[in-house]
Amino acid sequence: MQLGGEASLPEEEITKKYSVGAVKIVDEFPIESYRELGLDDSDLLRMFEVMLRIRRFEEAVERLFIVEGKLIGPCHLYLGQEAVATGVIYALHPDDPIISTHRNHGHGVARGVPFKDLMAELFGKATGTCRGLGGSMHAALSLRHSIPVATAIVGSGIPIACGIGLGIRYLGLKKVATVFFGDGAVNTGAFNEGLNLAAVWRLPVLFVCENNYYALSTPFYKACAGESIAARAASYGVRSYLIPDANDVLAVYSTAKEAVEYIREGNGPVFIECRAYRKKGHGVYDTGFYRPREEVEFWMKKDPIERFSLKLKSLGLVTDDEIKNIDDRIQQELKKAIEEAESDPVLEFNDLWSYVYVSGEARYGEWR
Amino acid sequence: MESGVRELSYADALREALIEEMRRDPRVIVFGEDVAVYSIFKVTKGLIDEFGPERVRDTPISEAAIAGAAIGAALMGLRPVAEIMYMDFMTLAMDMLVTHAAKLRFYSGGQVKLPLVIRTQYSLGRAHAAQHSQVLIACFLQSPGIKIVAPATPRDAKGLLKSAIRDDDPVIFVEAASLYRMRGEVPEGEYLTPIGKCDVKREGEDVTLIGISRTVPLCLEAAKILKEKGVDVEVIDLMTIQPIDYDTIVKSLEKTHRLVIAEDSVKTGGVSSEISAYVTEYHFHSLKAPIIRVNSPPMPVPFSPPLEQEYMVDVRKIVKAVEKVVSY
Repeated sequence: MQLGGEASLPEEEITKKYSVGAVKIVDEFPIESYRELGLDDSDLLRMFEVMLRIRRFEEAVERLFIVEGKLIGPCHLYLGQEAVATGVIYALHPDDPIISTHRNHGHGVARGVPFKDLMAELFGKATGTCRGLGGSMHAALSLRHSIPVATAIVGSGIPIACGIGLGIRYLGLKKVATVFFGDGAVNTGAFNEGLNLAAVWRLPVLFVCENNYYALSTPFYKACAGESIAARAASYGVRSYLIPDANDVLAVYSTAKEAVEYIREGNGPVFIECRAYRKKGHGVYDTGFYRPREEVEFWMKKDPIERFSLKLKSLGLVTDDEIKNIDDRIQQELKKAIEEAESDPVLEFNDLWSYVYVSGEARYGEWR
Repeated sequence: MESGVRELSYADALREALIEEMRRDPRVIVFGEDVAVYSIFKVTKGLIDEFGPERVRDTPISEAAIAGAAIGAALMGLRPVAEIMYMDFMTLAMDMLVTHAAKLRFYSGGQVKLPLVIRTQYSLGRAHAAQHSQVLIACFLQSPGIKIVAPATPRDAKGLLKSAIRDDDPVIFVEAASLYRMRGEVPEGEYLTPIGKCDVKREGEDVTLIGISRTVPLCLEAAKILKEKGVDVEVIDLMTIQPIDYDTIVKSLEKTHRLVIAEDSVKTGGVSSEISAYVTEYHFHSLKAPIIRVNSPPMPVPFSPPLEQEYMVDVRKIVKAVEKVVSY
């Protein structure tokens, strides 16, 4: 099988009808039709629980930074974007690789990385996902959960995802590589290079742009030319979706499911632009003062978890009591994870040498 | 010539290394700009005929994507050998190399490994002007986690490339374009040249002279001239620039007590600066004279061929430096 585009006859080059790729716009998914997606009641409840797990985890992290002052360093909360990680990752197999970002806790929780491993990483402990060498911006990096990269350089996961896609294809695996990135990433060179490479080599990569409307304080409309990011992807000939309201977990899931099936069949990459507002500032210390109040209020009403719980209740799939039970269980688990993480040990400094090179040749003179 | 040895060019030795490793291990793949069909230095020429378009790929002009794809492929268990056509273009892949390849294993707490090779070459001495002649090796000394090797002979080119491909860490493999046509003895059959070791190319008693890549043959030439002048020079081919094999260097210094380093790069912040600093800091007692570095001046590479020649390290400059440390 040869990858890549095909040459056309010289004459066709001037006579063919050129077209610009179109973007598929995804509306809110009518929840009563959930069985059409192959989902049953327990799937919906599971999705709800995953979103709530992300929410509670991030609230606890925020508290540990701001109120308790127990955590330091950069930290980017996933609050408000829960439907994206949940919907996309629910559509993947557990061994489909995910390339995450600096805002990665949500991806980790949705993939099933235990609270304890994530918390220990945030505390810089030897028991963390990255043995305390990564911190918040790499906390979801967990190879046993098929998250081999969580990168803190905006846009940089995109070319790496191409290589993972290349590996999948070369090894004849039926996997899909999913790379998450924000609206800030789409103006980097890495975005262009990676998207083009994935398109021209038809790599099995799912590009998920989490457009949370702000790259730190710079609004999307001031930094990104064009009506949508999805349209840019379409211009590479990549199948492209825009979910204007990606607070609807089923809209995200149904799109991701369709995309993943398409990719798994060997058709090449798919791009999904998910618009989901960042509930808080860029980092945990950022108040988000630069955002107009009406805008924030508008989006807060779209809260993915509240909306989904109302829908589930209207379908009679869950009661307030049951929600409270789920919530209590999550809070208990979190409390225990934090307590354990706090008391866990830190690596010995001398152990660090063995992580520089596989061959362990990092020592330099007599280190003093 | 000893039996089981033949003469090959540096480029052909590299090509042979690739062919052998690709035959041995189906996980080895090759990609880069114009490597499949064209191959400007002929190192990857014809590989596509034996290994096919899945394993030998032309890429778009996208250095970040080339390096990023190498990282991703390595994460999937492949052993990619990616080519960056000119070392100058490495800057376009710098984020991938410096911030990812060098650090991913470390910050993941050892969860992943990146068995990838980035092959590149520098064209100093070929009238390629300022943007196609740079030697950007030393900047990677600030990126522990990456290994850097730079062979100076066909024999070592083959042995080191095979080792680099089998190495579980990311390796930047630096070739010198001016050496591609140089011919030398290459053993028949399988051999590996270890990464992380210098090679004493000539033993001597009076001065230790370290060469890197293109300057190694110049050092050997200088040693011949100096021998006639009664100076016995030990020539060390550095071969691995990161991590540096200080054991071999120090052992030599304990014999000669004098050190000259010849390197194709500007003098400020070079590999030779690092070696000088290390030796001075940790082995000052072994020295009987100041260390002299023979490099290019801190300015961009000029195009005009006579000016470029003057800019470059040559035998005369090396001889002069050795004489200076001997007469100190």
